[in-house]
Amino acid sequence: MIPTEYYIFLGSGLFTIGVIGVLTRRNVLVILMSIELILNAVNINLVGFSQYFRAVDGQVFAIFVITDAAAEAAIGLGLFIALFRNKETVNADEIDLLKW
Amino acid sequence: MLPLIAFGILSVVALVSAILVITRRNAVHSVIWLIVTLFAVGGIYLMQHAEFLFAVQIILYVGGIMVLFLFVVMLVNLDVAVRQAQFRRQWQLALFTVLLLVGQLAYVLYNRGRGLDLPARPSLPEPLRNTQAVGQVLYQNYMLPVEIASILLLVAMVGAVIMAKRKLE
Repeated sequence: MIPTEYYIFLGSGLFTIGVIGVLTRRNVLVILMSIELILNAVNINLVGFSQYFRAVDGQVFAIFVITDAAAEAAIGLGLFIALFRNKETVNADEIDLLKW
Repeated sequence: MLPLIAFGILSVVALVSAILVITRRNAVHSVIWLIVTLFAVGGIYLMQHAEFLFAVQIILYVGGIMVLFLFVVMLVNLDVAVRQAQFRRQWQLALFTVLLLVGQLAYVLYNRGRGLDLPARPSLPEPLRNTQAVGQVLYQNYMLPVEIASILLLVAMVGAVIMAKRKLE
């Protein structure tokens, strides 16, 4: 029996790595992948608490999070393709059409 | 003891490959390491008797979303990006923000030595068939969220098609 704290520690570690990736990387694809890492950290916490409280509601919410991740990946990659076609760049800090 | 060792191995694999995801120069390598992370997280689900979620993780995440990522990475010419700087100029500020986040998380998790302070664990028996239990909760208690999720997926599908189209007429 593994203490629930360990799942929280693993979840927060994965979340922190994801946040570092979102904040520091320039490549848009790697930023999208870091968001997937963050969503997985959330899922680990949900499943950990679901097992602690002996209720499957947390796992159901994890399924909804995975659904969101699928929608987000489809939209994000569609946006990325549209962007790359117009701007020929993968770097997030070069996409400054609305800045002046 | 054995579950603890398995959990340790799985979490080390997940964390190390997550660090590799955000540090690799080539986006294809990042995708491959992300797949390793997702498999390790799936193993952690399996250890918690969430077998249905494990199957969803493998089929949907690794089989669906990651293939989509790999497809886009292959579609885009990354030769130029590989030779450019990989990190933003404000990375010091970003790391400072992350340190603040880590401090907050550590403060909450430490909680003056009391740990998480969870309410008492209910003494219910563990549901025997995980997939059956998930299905019942999903289609009885969470009927409306399921419908909302289906509309979300429809909107995402239409949006992806429109955005990837060459020209709107």
